[in-house]
Amino acid sequence: MTDRRRGAGDEGTRSYGFDTRSIHSGQRPDPYTGARAVPIFQTTSYVFEDADSAAAYFNLQEYGNTYSRIMNPTVATFEERVASLEGGVGAVAFASGLAAQAAAFFTMLTPGDHVVSSSALYGGTLTQLKHLARKLSLEVDFVDPDDLASWRAALRPNTKLLYGETIGNPGGNVLDIAGVAGIAHGIGAPLMIDSTFATPYLCRPIEHGADIVVHSATKFIGGHGTSIGGIVVEAGTFDWSNGRFPVVADPSPAYHGLAFHETFGMYGYLMKLRAESLRDLGAAMSPFNAFLFLLGLETLSLRMERHVANALGVAQFLEGHQAVASVRYAGLASSPYHALAGRYLPRGPGSIFVFDLAGGRDAGRRFIEALSLWSHLANVGDAKSLVIHPASTTHRQLSDDELAGAGVGPGTIRLSVGLESLEDLLEDLSCGLVASVEAT
Amino acid sequence: MIVRQPSREVSPAPTEVDPRFQDPRMIRDILLASRTVAIVGLSPDELRASNFIGFYLRRHGYRVIPVNPRAAEIFGEKSYASLKDIPVPVDVVDVFRRPDAVPEIARDAVAIGAKALWLQFGVISLEGARIAEDGGLKVVMDRCMKVEHARHLGRFHWLGFNTGVITARRARQLG
Repeated sequence: MTDRRRGAGDEGTRSYGFDTRSIHSGQRPDPYTGARAVPIFQTTSYVFEDADSAAAYFNLQEYGNTYSRIMNPTVATFEERVASLEGGVGAVAFASGLAAQAAAFFTMLTPGDHVVSSSALYGGTLTQLKHLARKLSLEVDFVDPDDLASWRAALRPNTKLLYGETIGNPGGNVLDIAGVAGIAHGIGAPLMIDSTFATPYLCRPIEHGADIVVHSATKFIGGHGTSIGGIVVEAGTFDWSNGRFPVVADPSPAYHGLAFHETFGMYGYLMKLRAESLRDLGAAMSPFNAFLFLLGLETLSLRMERHVANALGVAQFLEGHQAVASVRYAGLASSPYHALAGRYLPRGPGSIFVFDLAGGRDAGRRFIEALSLWSHLANVGDAKSLVIHPASTTHRQLSDDELAGAGVGPGTIRLSVGLESLEDLLEDLSCGLVASVEAT
Repeated sequence: MIVRQPSREVSPAPTEVDPRFQDPRMIRDILLASRTVAIVGLSPDELRASNFIGFYLRRHGYRVIPVNPRAAEIFGEKSYASLKDIPVPVDVVDVFRRPDAVPEIARDAVAIGAKALWLQFGVISLEGARIAEDGGLKVVMDRCMKVEHARHLGRFHWLGFNTGVITARRARQLG
C-alpha cells in the first residue's frame, strides 16, 4: 500500500536503492538556475555574506564554503555520492588515490605508531608505506593477508591501524575483511581498506566491519581513463576517543584547540581530515575531475556487471588454452579465493587479474606485441581493455628470482578487462597466445 | 542503557535506540515548526559542542534560551536555572545533560508546555522519553539538532557528508 504522505517534500525521509543513489546522491538541482546536471563550480573561493558568517565558517560553527583547496560544491557532490554508495557517514576527495591514502594515514598516525599491512598491495601503496615509515618515523609490518594468524602475530602495543585491499593487486587475493576487522577492533584500532578493484557496487567493506575505505577514483569510479582522483570514506562507527588516538580526540593545536571527535562525534575524523589534513597537504581534487567522476558513477552498476561478465569470459577462455599455465581470477572455481569471493564479492570479483603464459619473459613480450585491441599501458579500470607484462615493463630490472619474490613470474600478464564485445577481446588474445607460443 | 559522554554533537556508534525517536519526517517537522529552543546544559565555552549548536541555531533564526544555573547570560540571552523559570513559551527542549538527569527535565518540559524533547548524542533515557510522550511531546533521541537541521534544511552536503537526501526538486534558496 502506498503511503499517501509520500511525494513532494519527501526528501531525506526514506532510503533509496544503489542505482538511484549512484545517480542522485549529493546533488539537489541548483536553487538559482534549476540546472539538472551537476554544475562545475570552477572557482577558487566564495564571497562571504558578512564578517560574522566568514568567522563562523572558519570556526566550523557553520557549514559554509571558504576556499576550494578545502571544499567545493562540485567535489562535495562527488564526496557525498561515494559516501552514500559505500554506506559511510561522509567522504573527502583528493587529487589522487595515493594522496587520499596519505592524508587518511596522516590524520590518525603520529611518529612511533605501528601499522600492520597486507603484503599483497599495489606497488605505489607499498612504496608509500615504506616511504612514510622512514620519513615520518612510522613502523610498518607487512603480513600474508590470507593468514589471520599472521595479522594477529604482528600486533604490538603501539599498533594503530590495519590495512589491506579488498582484491589484492596484482595477485587477486580476496581479503577476509570481517576477520581482519575483528582483529583490529580487538585492540582498539581501525581497519582501512583500499577497495579500488571492487568498487562499492561489488563490495562495501563497511558492511563487513571496515572503518575507513579509500579508493583510487581514477579506475572504475571514473571508468573512462580521463582523470586522476581519490577519496576517503569513513563508517563513522570507530571510537576515536578510546584513548589510543589523542591526535584525533584531544584539543588540536592546529585548529585553535578544537577537539574534533568530541565536537563533531561520528563526523570528527572526516572534519579533521578536511579542515587540517587536506588544508595542510593541499592535494585537492579539481572540480572538473569531480564532474567526470560523477558521470562515471551514474553508470557504475551497469559497467561493473559488464566488466565482471567479460572478465569471467576471458578467464574461462584463458584457463582452457594450452599456451596458458595458470589463471589467477577469484571468479574461477579453481581459485583459492573462490569461496571468499562468494562471501565478499557475490556479484563478481572485478575484472582485473593476472595469468601466466606457459613461456617465459620473451613469450610475454611477443604476446603483448601481437595484440591490436588491448591497450598496452600502466592503468586499470578503464572501459577499454588494458594489458601489461610486468617482467618487461614495471618490473624489468628484476631477475627471475626477484620477480618470483614479488609474486610475478617471467610470463605473468596483468589484464584489466574492459567493456568491448567479448568475442573481439578473445580473438585478439588468441593472436597474442599464438605469438607467445611461437616465441618459445 | 548506553551512557556516553553527552557533549558530542552526534553519535559515533550504532545504538539500540527505538527508530521512532529518530524518524526523519518527525525530525524535519520539528525543525520546521519550531522557533524557540531551550538548551539545557548550554555551555558558555565556545569550543563546547552545546555552544556550537546554540550558535548555529541562532544563525538559522531560532531563539535560543540557555538553561544553565552556573551562567548568567550566554549569546546575550539570560540563562535560567531551570526550564520552569523561563517566562516565554518554548517549542523544543534540547538536552546536553547526563541521561540520569533527563526524567526531571522531561517532567519540566511537560509542565511548561513544550512541543518536543530533543536528546542530543549519548543522552539516552527511555524513562525520560516515556514521561515526555505521556505528556504529549514528540521525542528525538541520540541525534544532534545542528546536524539534523543542516541535513534537512541547511548545508551539510557542502562538506561531503552523507545526508541521505535524494530529490529532483530545486533546492531551497538559502537565506
